[in-house]
Amino acid sequence: MEAICICLLYYWHYYWQRLRDAVEHFNNKKIFEVDIVSNEQHKRVHPHKFTLWVAIASIIMMFAGLTSAFIVKSNLTGWRTIVLPKIFWVSTIVILTSSVTMQMAIKAFKAREMQRYRSLMTVTVVLGLAFVVCQIMGFGELWDQNIRFKGSSGAGQFFYAIAGLHGLHVLGGVVALIVMVVRSLAGKSKLYSAVPAEVMGMYWHFVDLLWLYLLIFL
Amino acid sequence: MLASLFIQTGPASGGWTIYPPLSALGQASEGSKAGMDYWIIGMALFIISQLLGGLNYIATVLNMRTKGMSMTRVPLTIWALLFTAILGVLSFPVLLSGVVLLMFDRHLGTSFYLSDIYIAGQALANEGGSAILFQHLFWFLGHPEVYIIILPTMGIVSEVMSVNARKPIFGYMAMVFSMFAICVLAFLVWAHHMFVTGLNPFLGSVFVLLTLLIAVPSAIKVFNWLTTLWRGNIRFTPAMLFAIGFVSLFISGGLTGIFLGNSTIDIHLHDTMFVIAHFHIVMGVSAFFGMFCGIYHWFPKMYGRYMNNTLGYIHFWVTLIGAYLIFWPMHYQGFAGMPRRYLDKSSWVSFSQFHGLDAMITVVTVLVFAVQLMFVFNYFYSMYKGRRVRSLNPWGATTLEWTTPIRPGHGNWDGEIPEVHRWAYDYGKDGRDFIPQTEPIGEKESSH
Ligand SMILES: [Cu+2]
Repeated sequence: MEAICICLLYYWHYYWQRLRDAVEHFNNKKIFEVDIVSNEQHKRVHPHKFTLWVAIASIIMMFAGLTSAFIVKSNLTGWRTIVLPKIFWVSTIVILTSSVTMQMAIKAFKAREMQRYRSLMTVTVVLGLAFVVCQIMGFGELWDQNIRFKGSSGAGQFFYAIAGLHGLHVLGGVVALIVMVVRSLAGKSKLYSAVPAEVMGMYWHFVDLLWLYLLIFL
Repeated sequence: MLASLFIQTGPASGGWTIYPPLSALGQASEGSKAGMDYWIIGMALFIISQLLGGLNYIATVLNMRTKGMSMTRVPLTIWALLFTAILGVLSFPVLLSGVVLLMFDRHLGTSFYLSDIYIAGQALANEGGSAILFQHLFWFLGHPEVYIIILPTMGIVSEVMSVNARKPIFGYMAMVFSMFAICVLAFLVWAHHMFVTGLNPFLGSVFVLLTLLIAVPSAIKVFNWLTTLWRGNIRFTPAMLFAIGFVSLFISGGLTGIFLGNSTIDIHLHDTMFVIAHFHIVMGVSAFFGMFCGIYHWFPKMYGRYMNNTLGYIHFWVTLIGAYLIFWPMHYQGFAGMPRRYLDKSSWVSFSQFHGLDAMITVVTVLVFAVQLMFVFNYFYSMYKGRRVRSLNPWGATTLEWTTPIRPGHGNWDGEIPEVHRWAYDYGKDGRDFIPQTEPIGEKESSH
């Protein structure tokens, strides 16, 4: 419980700073202006970022469907609860850390420190993979506690389904990260545009926050 | 899905709503075996493609409009497509989540939807699941889906009506806001498909209220279409006729929706021919009318040739009268309690009075179907042999697509992308028949 509180506090602090940065940015450069009647293209949010926002809304709806099913079912008789194995706390810390390294990577990119950018991205990839491995180990522990697919319904089955889907989203992010690292090694990443890195970062923070939501929830 | 027609156990047989347990257990029927998996995989692919398409539409409309094209100048078709894409992007993922759980139940033996099942006297191990859960997830998409179908056609009809009545669309912002209201309400009414599942009657009454609320934006739209026609210089092209037919069918089908949206009446009408009549008029025929309307209207733009008008008129009148002849009697059958989805009703004496009516419906159906084949013929014939379009803007429309060359190349415009200076509905303004969107506002021009 303390662990989660500390994590949340840390996270809250971190995002508060990001928000302040964003507001400052907004005041200085006005790049955040989402004026839908504005006629000048460059003032709008970059289309790729905007598209990702919509995609995130879409993914949220899917998990909202799953978690609301969970709520409805957990009120029915015959519901079986589970005790989460400790390893899921490890995976939580891992993915939180990976968000920080991702953010540092973006900073490095903007500062044109490509070597640093690449190594931070690689660290993020490793942490992302470590998260998935931790999740799989956690599933294994649950499995050994005799929480199986077959038979009667309960939190365990939902956990496999929901956390499994979340894990797939993380894996998708890992693949995208690897592509970006390889591209920058091949000198293909556009030095002048930080948009791909920022889009990547947005997605990565999103899967991170999504996991926190699922964790608190499940 | 098509491929499943050719596998040994045949295609999915759970109906279009694929309710578990029938869809969740391979032992339940032949059609619950591999055919069901094909159905689900096909559906998942469809959902993914629709999501990606929706993302593209939303980002394009909100982010990549041409210079001067503010959101209040965007034609209603584009507004409609935007709202459709938003609905799709937010509602399909919920169906996806439902289908993922269904796949778990099918192949891993989980019990999300299954409980206390006996097949051939054998009890299954599944416990604690709820089949109703699937219905909730399904209909959370299912209701927005009907607006995903009808909203684009509403946009098309608004556009074509304004062009062919030579009048600005009545209540442009009201049209936009009513579409917005429909989108919001679309997410709050799904349980009106579940009145007979043992839903809590109080909850049912909430859903009745929310459902009937949709009548308000729908009525605003109908009112605006009628006032757009009012005292217009109407050109009865096939496209315009289909637009007017759309409004007629939308009213007829919409009114019966009020019957079905009331839980008390729905308990009697549920699963009867009344539902068939309502749904096919409002979702089937009127949505098709909107699509036909768009095809006849934009055909010259698409292929540089006109479709044959005479065939268009025959197509319209036979389809309109035929549709009413087919579906109007079904309301009475439904009131009399005649169930849907039955192959043979002859063992009920009470329905024998409808035999003649059924025969008539069948004859008309064949006729109407033949006319649709004629439309398909008209389409492909006109593609190659139709009358050539000689002027850039044959309908005298204000919107941008009619400023492109008759046979547009890559990028649509030869030179720069045009700048927009006004909304899309300047018809009959200051004594001029129409003013294209690309024309700057004149010095002495009155405001609309
Ligand atoms: Cu509905």
